[in-house]
Amino acid sequence: MKYAGLVIAGLLRHRSRTLLTFASVVAAFVLFGLLNGVRTVFNEGPDTSGQDRLIVTSRLSIIQPLPYSQLARIAALEGVTQVAHANWFGGVYQDRKNFFPNLAVSPEAWLDTHPEILLSPEEREAFLATRTAALVGEDLVARFGWKVGDKLPLAGTIFPNNSGSNTWTFDIVGVMRSGAEQRARAAGEMLFRYDYFDEGRLQGQGTVGWYVVQVEDPARSGEIAQAIDALFRNSDAETKTQSEKEFNLAFAKQFGDIGLIVAAIMAAVFFTVLLVTGNTMAQGVRERTGDIAILKTLGFSGGTVCALIVAEAMLLLVAGGAAGLALAELVLPAVSNALRGQLPPLEVGAGTWLTGLGLMLALALLVGLPPALGALRLKIVDALARA
Amino acid sequence: MVELKGVTKYYTRGRQQVEVLRGIDLSIAAGDFVALMGPSGSGKTTLLNLIGGLDQPSAGQVEVAGHRLETLSAAELARWRAANVGFVFQFYNLLPMLSAQRNVELPLLLTSLSGAERRRRALIALQLVGLADRARHRPGELSGGQEQRVAIARAVVSDPRLLVCDEPTGDLDRHTADEILGLLQRLNREHGKTIVMVTHDPKAADFARRRIHLDKGALSVENGA
Repeated sequence: MKYAGLVIAGLLRHRSRTLLTFASVVAAFVLFGLLNGVRTVFNEGPDTSGQDRLIVTSRLSIIQPLPYSQLARIAALEGVTQVAHANWFGGVYQDRKNFFPNLAVSPEAWLDTHPEILLSPEEREAFLATRTAALVGEDLVARFGWKVGDKLPLAGTIFPNNSGSNTWTFDIVGVMRSGAEQRARAAGEMLFRYDYFDEGRLQGQGTVGWYVVQVEDPARSGEIAQAIDALFRNSDAETKTQSEKEFNLAFAKQFGDIGLIVAAIMAAVFFTVLLVTGNTMAQGVRERTGDIAILKTLGFSGGTVCALIVAEAMLLLVAGGAAGLALAELVLPAVSNALRGQLPPLEVGAGTWLTGLGLMLALALLVGLPPALGALRLKIVDALARA
Repeated sequence: MVELKGVTKYYTRGRQQVEVLRGIDLSIAAGDFVALMGPSGSGKTTLLNLIGGLDQPSAGQVEVAGHRLETLSAAELARWRAANVGFVFQFYNLLPMLSAQRNVELPLLLTSLSGAERRRRALIALQLVGLADRARHRPGELSGGQEQRVAIARAVVSDPRLLVCDEPTGDLDRHTADEILGLLQRLNREHGKTIVMVTHDPKAADFARRRIHLDKGALSVENGA
């Protein structure tokens, strides 16, 4: 501790440079905290236990449709209380950049299995009674200025209409809201009726994208998932039953290996930090050759001087890294909230803190050791002659 | 205090060996104040570095304060310097980001003294050089003469027996130089410090008890002052 003042003074000798380097370390570890939170979620193993909603998709791929005929057999399984289904529609409103998820769903079963979707009784009634009805999320209403009663045209990018047009027209009958505590994914989605979709499409009639299975006892969800897959084993449409969380992850993974992408970004970020902090340390020590020579002249051993320089690097990296991870911890809940439940809750867990600490120490050694070893080898008389 | 026998020092530059000191025999008694003089390149600073344990001779013996310095390892030499020698340089060599008091405390960091005791001793050393009221000032806020006083306080704070001074007044005006030299003289006379001072300046050498001349790496004349 008695050397703490020397370590801090060494770092503050060039305040602006140290501050900028500190900021780059903070930024790197904010990114690390955020990205590692995402990577951790994507790398978690399968887990169907304790889930009251299971998702059944094709075993081959989540974009491979399943026959509608499977619904009755799944519903007949003991422990299954309700089965809903959905198709990814991929419709575009006016322009491709206006992307939002839009799904053709089994109306009543979908609303029953998704109680987090808040509707007035009139809206629910209208959705169940109107073939062209659409429910839109409150975020979409805020984004596009829609209101109940509006006609909503969507261009089908996957499913052309059998009328010879790509345009599908819907009637907005309700706005899906979510409670303050639970930001439902539906707030950013549009739902419409499967019967309208299935009758109107040119191909693929009688198939669904995936089933949502409500189970009576969440403790039995693993067992029921296995029973569903066993039902269709060796059939033309084998299934893969998983938790809603795993399904969401698998859906996101369609766009690429998220874990690998995140790891690549993190590697680039830390390589840059390594160069920036390495340069700061090297420059800082080079400018202090005279000071280091004086310390050695006064009787500081080479090892002590070496340790002082490594301690500077440690302080810079650990203080910056901890500040960055703390910031990430503050930001991640907001990111999770914005994703509206599409991913499991993101957090800077103990694992991320431990990995982060390891990275901070490793980076500190990498950037601190070369100039420290230079200081260790420094010959006093040469350095004093140059100073 | 200082005994040099047959000390030779050469440096290797490429394939060439440059002899800086040649067969130096020198004896400096405890409590002496020696001015080491000579033209540039005569080997004054090299000799001072050998006496202060900053460098090792190529041949010969360097015995200072009872230790044969040429036999000590780098780590042992560092410990020996911390315990036995105070250094004063032409350009003060204070650490610019530390206050005067923290600069003076530096040698005491190598001891087991508590923080409070280190601060107390540093203040006493600053009082000795007349700068107690500048304890919290950084070197950039002090004049050249004040900086050199802080450097002298740093040199004496751990109470070494030997002070080695390399052109301590080389960067100061006459008046300030005389003040610094008077301070060194007081440390020698009143506190019994043995002082070896390199200087070009004959007036500075007048403050010493004895002058030693070096020319082309060899002792030429020794004079009492």
